[in-house]
Amino acid sequence: MFLWRIMKDDRGGQILLALLAASIVLVPILNGLPSDSALHLPTYTVTLIGKYLTLALLAVAVDLVWGYLGILTLGHGAFFALGGYAMGMYLMRQIGDRGVYGNPELPDFMVFLNWQELPWFWQGFDQFWFAAIMVMLVPGALAFVFGALAFRSRVSGVYLSIITQALTFALMLAFYRNEMGFGGNNGLTDFKDLLGFSLQSNSTRIGLFIASALALAFGYLLCRYLMQSRLGRVCVAVRDAESRARFMGYRVENVKLWIFTISAMIAGVAGALYVPQVGIINPNEFSPLNSIEVVVWVAVGGRATLYGAVVGALVINYAKSYFTAELPDVWLFALGGLFVLVTLLLPRGITGLLRSKEAV
Amino acid sequence: MSLQSTVAEVLDREHVFSFMTPQSTAKLNVDKNVLLYLEGISVSFDGFKAINDLNLYINDGELRCIIGPNGAGKTTMMDIITGKTRPDTGAAWFGQTINLLDMDEPAIAQAGIGRKFQKPTVFEFLTVFENLELAMAGDRAVLKILGARINGEQRDRLDEVLELIGLKELPHMRAGSLSHGQKQWLEIGMLLMQQPRLLLVDEPVAGMTHQEMDRTAELLTSLAGKHSVVVVEHDMDFVRSLAGKDRTVTVLHQGSVLAEGRMEQVQNNRKVVEVYLGE
Repeated sequence: MFLWRIMKDDRGGQILLALLAASIVLVPILNGLPSDSALHLPTYTVTLIGKYLTLALLAVAVDLVWGYLGILTLGHGAFFALGGYAMGMYLMRQIGDRGVYGNPELPDFMVFLNWQELPWFWQGFDQFWFAAIMVMLVPGALAFVFGALAFRSRVSGVYLSIITQALTFALMLAFYRNEMGFGGNNGLTDFKDLLGFSLQSNSTRIGLFIASALALAFGYLLCRYLMQSRLGRVCVAVRDAESRARFMGYRVENVKLWIFTISAMIAGVAGALYVPQVGIINPNEFSPLNSIEVVVWVAVGGRATLYGAVVGALVINYAKSYFTAELPDVWLFALGGLFVLVTLLLPRGITGLLRSKEAV
Repeated sequence: MSLQSTVAEVLDREHVFSFMTPQSTAKLNVDKNVLLYLEGISVSFDGFKAINDLNLYINDGELRCIIGPNGAGKTTMMDIITGKTRPDTGAAWFGQTINLLDMDEPAIAQAGIGRKFQKPTVFEFLTVFENLELAMAGDRAVLKILGARINGEQRDRLDEVLELIGLKELPHMRAGSLSHGQKQWLEIGMLLMQQPRLLLVDEPVAGMTHQEMDRTAELLTSLAGKHSVVVVEHDMDFVRSLAGKDRTVTVLHQGSVLAEGRMEQVQNNRKVVEVYLGE
């Protein structure tokens, strides 16, 4: 069977998928328990976990290009944010005339800016299917153009990392401008409903959680499928000895371009699921710091395993939520300390500890 | 084109006019029995002439040893043949029909030129078997390698090469854990999987024991005939055992050919002795 073939050598992945399946069943049940029960799971927590799962999907996308292909991308937050904006634009159009200004056509910030009609790039976003396509198409197209330019001219290593930072920084500055038509520094917010379901209601939040878990599972399976094929081995070959792969007849730039583009599309989907759960998308999501943080998640969890990226994203984001609530001043030191510790003591990340027994 | 270069080309009596040189086609043609033509190649790095008017012809099925002191341009020559370095002037043709200067590294590799590096470069994270699998001749397009599976015939070929390079017992060993000599052999095995028409082998016995050297010499001689093999080497004993009595040896010096002929002739050549012994 197909699933068996791609998952049979991946213990960590099997456990991850089993946990995701269990959570899809258990979370709605636990949430439905009466609120005085000890096992009751508040909706707030459900949404929080859902948010973590979308971040985990982003980490998987980064692991695909960094762990397997050796491209240290410090700009994947840009693709995540673009997917988020595409979803945000759809949610904005769904508000309709329920906004503060009651304009049936224009979102509030456009009325505020005295715009008379919808800009051309907002057309079509009242349709969910159109927005869903854009969620993948826009990050994918940007990654394709960016990658075609960068990989053809053989930009690699630290130079590539720097231009990915520049990419996300440039997008952040652009999206901060009101004239861009994406709500300036306030971004897009005050969302009301998604596909006709109110975003405030319990059932929608659980639905979003399940969608995030499914997206993570499918994203994981897709990456796993790519990486257990011969293409995956070519990726590792490119990572470890790029010129050797080239002299062997592999078009390294095409391999990089394909994987980079697919990874950007996965990041876009993650962003699109993230936005309705946090209720806002603003240019801060493009901040270079965010993209660097994702790389830290992957490093902490363990590179080139895929499930390690999920573990890293969940652990660090949970720690982040905990520390920023309990000891807000300590958080950045804790994150920095964690990164130093992992680099020094656990070069293969948290999951490397478990794998050391089965290593060859 | 400036007037000067036009005049120079019209007056050049060694070549046909450029509009008359055949355009390159994809199919290899060796009916003149010459597999590789390097003509008038020069390349300089920051004013230093690494290759200076180099002319070299490799016959189909030939085993050719190239020797030369450090800095003679041996590795640069390989870089030019495999597309890593572009020469400033000159022509490089693979057979009569394939112009190597129009192609990049993957295209040249797929046309049938394989290269072994000086320092053994295998994919350390992958197993011996996977290293050979990646090297196997076949379609290299991204979508094709995504769905690629090993069929029975390829499996046999893999086993055959594993046996030949003496790694039959270790197909699932990480290449990174092999010894230096084993890595050299694995890389030769990877070249064989590529089934190239021309093998460029850069210092294959560096770091090998005498026994391993003998086996390598044996392997390389057995490959000649079916493939053309160009071996670049420092080790004179090894070259002597490879070249035997009747194979051609080329001596490079300061980027051009100093002497060419049988080992015996080359060794007694006054210029060669001067360069090597510094008289």
